[in-house]
Amino acid sequence: MEALSNHPVSRDQAKVMNRFDLTCRLIGLLRADEAVVGGIGYTNFDLWAASALPGGGRRGPNFYMLGSMGLAVPIALGVALAQPERLVFALEGDGSALMQLGALATVAARGVRNLCIVIMDNGAYQITGGQGTATRQGADIVGIARASGLRQSAWAADEDAFAELAGRALTEDGPWLIGCRIDGGKPVDTTERDPARIRDQFMRGLGVR
Amino acid sequence: MAWHEIVRDVLKRHKVSLVTYVPDNVLRPLIEGVEADPFFTAFACTREEEALGIVAGAWMGGLRGILLMQTSGFATLPNVIASLAVPFQIPVVMMVSERGTLGEFNIGQSLVARTMRPVLDALAVEHHTMTRLDEAEFVLDRSLVQAYATMAPVCFILSPLLTGGKVFAK
Repeated sequence: MEALSNHPVSRDQAKVMNRFDLTCRLIGLLRADEAVVGGIGYTNFDLWAASALPGGGRRGPNFYMLGSMGLAVPIALGVALAQPERLVFALEGDGSALMQLGALATVAARGVRNLCIVIMDNGAYQITGGQGTATRQGADIVGIARASGLRQSAWAADEDAFAELAGRALTEDGPWLIGCRIDGGKPVDTTERDPARIRDQFMRGLGVR
Repeated sequence: MAWHEIVRDVLKRHKVSLVTYVPDNVLRPLIEGVEADPFFTAFACTREEEALGIVAGAWMGGLRGILLMQTSGFATLPNVIASLAVPFQIPVVMMVSERGTLGEFNIGQSLVARTMRPVLDALAVEHHTMTRLDEAEFVLDRSLVQAYATMAPVCFILSPLLTGGKVFAK
């Protein structure tokens, strides 16, 4: 897309950043009402860590998967369809995204304006021991997304570019996809594994109950 | 009324307006029925897991949905039923057109069909095999009430006895 031409053409050209730092930057840009869906693994753990509120407690409209690898984008799409006035973010790792690539085509086909997908790509299944994913061998998720019909897809060249892209997602119609190359840093915390509570807090955060 | 008209009407009555599916010949009249009705948002997904995730997210956002698939598609779902729908108490409504029995011609379908009810039973997911037109409305209506009241997934299995199934073509 012409307007995104100032961003790197390929994964190789993007700066290697840090997942927790980027997640904090994203949460810092949000108002209170955006929904955020965290896939499994360290993406999820760092969303949990980055969502701790200064006065105690945790950001409300966040959903943390505890399995169902690959479904962050479909779950976020469902939320986006249910609440077209609310912006929804899906945070996924590269391994998870590769598992459910068809979801990118479905998002593009639906043309939802209120969805932004953020891919944290370290080229590895980090939580299971760092085995390499296909992105390490050259698969380019932003390229795949564009070819799936998500024209507003871009690699974040660096932290400032990430903030610029996330800011555009907050103000301009989507769907968006932001690719982030990240390092092998460990997550800062571990998500509480209490699914009924996670779901209830998410729904309260969405104003459904 | 035909079975698919009953399904469409009961879904409307319960405000189930999102329909995600991986298509199937037997489901075709139902898919065509909901796609022709502006009450519904209906679209095909690339995989049944994806279709389930969308319905789960939509319900948490306040929108009721159902996913439609055939037997072989259901066989791809145990992980996401066990790790998303059941533990998070999300009333995902599933409808499966049953292959693999009563005249099946594809051995793969007949084998995979045998995994469906054991999986549902193992996960303690409520399921009903629908065989009779005169019972269809009651089964659907009561089961949807229960699914949403108890926040539990439910699966409707459409038997060839109800739908006619897919017949052997030489």
